[in-house]
Amino acid sequence: MAKLTDYNNNLQNDFPILGKKIHGTPLIYLDNAATTQKPQCVIDALVRFYSEENSNVHRGLHYLSQVATEHYEAARKRVTSFLGADDTYSTIFTSGVTEAINLAAHGLGTLLLKPKDEILITQMEHHSNIIPWQLLCEKTGAQLRIIPISDAGELLMEEFERLLNARTKIVAVTHVSNVLGTVNPIREICSKAKEQGAISLIDGAQSAAHLNINIQDIGADFFVCSAHKMYGPTGIGVLCGPAELLNRMSPYQSGSGMVESVTFEKTSFRTVPDKFEAGTPHIAGAIGLTAALDYLSDTGMDAIESHEQQLLAYGTKVLTSVEGLRIIGNAKKKTGVLSFTLENVHPHDIAQLLDNDGIAIRSGHHCAQPLMQFYHVPATARASLGIYNSKQDIDSLVNALHTVREVFP
Amino acid sequence: MSNSHHLYEKIILDHNRAPRNFGKLPSPDIIVEASNPLCGDTFQIYLQLDGNVIQALHFEGNGCAISKASASLMTTLLKGKTKSEAQNLLESFQTMLNSEPTESMEESELGELVAFSEVRKFPMRIKCAALTWRALDSVLSSDESCTHPTK
Repeated sequence: MAKLTDYNNNLQNDFPILGKKIHGTPLIYLDNAATTQKPQCVIDALVRFYSEENSNVHRGLHYLSQVATEHYEAARKRVTSFLGADDTYSTIFTSGVTEAINLAAHGLGTLLLKPKDEILITQMEHHSNIIPWQLLCEKTGAQLRIIPISDAGELLMEEFERLLNARTKIVAVTHVSNVLGTVNPIREICSKAKEQGAISLIDGAQSAAHLNINIQDIGADFFVCSAHKMYGPTGIGVLCGPAELLNRMSPYQSGSGMVESVTFEKTSFRTVPDKFEAGTPHIAGAIGLTAALDYLSDTGMDAIESHEQQLLAYGTKVLTSVEGLRIIGNAKKKTGVLSFTLENVHPHDIAQLLDNDGIAIRSGHHCAQPLMQFYHVPATARASLGIYNSKQDIDSLVNALHTVREVFP
Repeated sequence: MSNSHHLYEKIILDHNRAPRNFGKLPSPDIIVEASNPLCGDTFQIYLQLDGNVIQALHFEGNGCAISKASASLMTTLLKGKTKSEAQNLLESFQTMLNSEPTESMEESELGELVAFSEVRKFPMRIKCAALTWRALDSVLSSDESCTHPTK
């Protein structure tokens, strides 16, 4: 494995897809906030599982079932330690952040919420951290309150403190905005939530592959993340939270593997994590995620953060050389997310023209329509950085944007 | 896939920069909403009818160059046409967006719409080009909504 030493020396060779040509030019992948590419070690782990170890977990007595079970449970331990959780926490595998938040909303709703209670989220949430709470409010009579942001894209913390009160039961906040890159002060948020007796949930979809995560240090009750945004496989994610609380929450889905006993009169459920993992889990996904976490740890989260910070600073500087370009999201603390608009050019047309040069960015509302409404833009173009990106990738982006400017003068 | 620069024909760039009939109509018979929730493009189409004839057609809203230029050209091409003439043109346009080009395309009734013939090579953008046309078609084909204003 290559080492990440400075912002031009990258890990491209570990990722087979980055050797691919798009329309005859080498792929420059800048859509990491949507999903990351997979290193060979993750691909190998998936192939190894399916070619040498495939079996169902938990209930088998035969050799392969025991191997699969061991590896699946080892994956759980690996994720738990990656997130800095101790054994008072339980790590539940889900299909991704979306399912993790839905699971939490479902369980917390029945356990905690009464009419007029409040759930606090922010103006910058992804739809997946808005809608589950919105539906929960409709069902329980609770109210959704929104923490506002500044033009720079930072939470107005004094407003947060004003909104937080004895009726606040849940505070659900994204660690990093998928549009703005803003890193939110989640330690302070979780600590203030705790003082009010509210449960905190941190959406780590955009942070877990870019910043050191320690759930105990953060002080969060729940932390959720998705493997595919962490160089791991699609279809698997994590909900990490207090085992004691989770055991009091009602099951999200029901079926096999999560029960103590079943009669037609009554079913008794197992404790966490099994209680929330009905049916055959994504075993290969958990094993692939382990390989991805090993890859991240071997590269070093501090090295990753410093690499991406250098690229972000460089990118922020050179992007503004493009006439009419406006960066959306100028928080003091950001990860490598560069959202922008270009005067007189719709983001879809930017993305279409960049594709011609093999450059993959995303355009649209990024599943954060309330945030688009705040900035009065229908959409943005977004270049989002990952561990394999280099200064040259940013230069190619800027050159291509100059060409876009020529097509749309 | 071909070079995406070919998508942006001069006439498309022109209608994108300076869309024709852009803005509300003072007293439309029908207002139609055309939106693509996947990408966030949203337009309103204002239609004024005189019996079966499209007397005035305006639009406003937000979208990419392809959807905006297509809407702009639509307003210029359909003004003065009967409902069935408009639907015929819509059908030819849709056919062009979804099939291989033919020899006779240049001479056909499509006229300036031929500028959109490259769009068929970019399947994700066909919806952009057809967005406002399909919305307009949905009200033209419903006699009910044409005889009873819905503004």
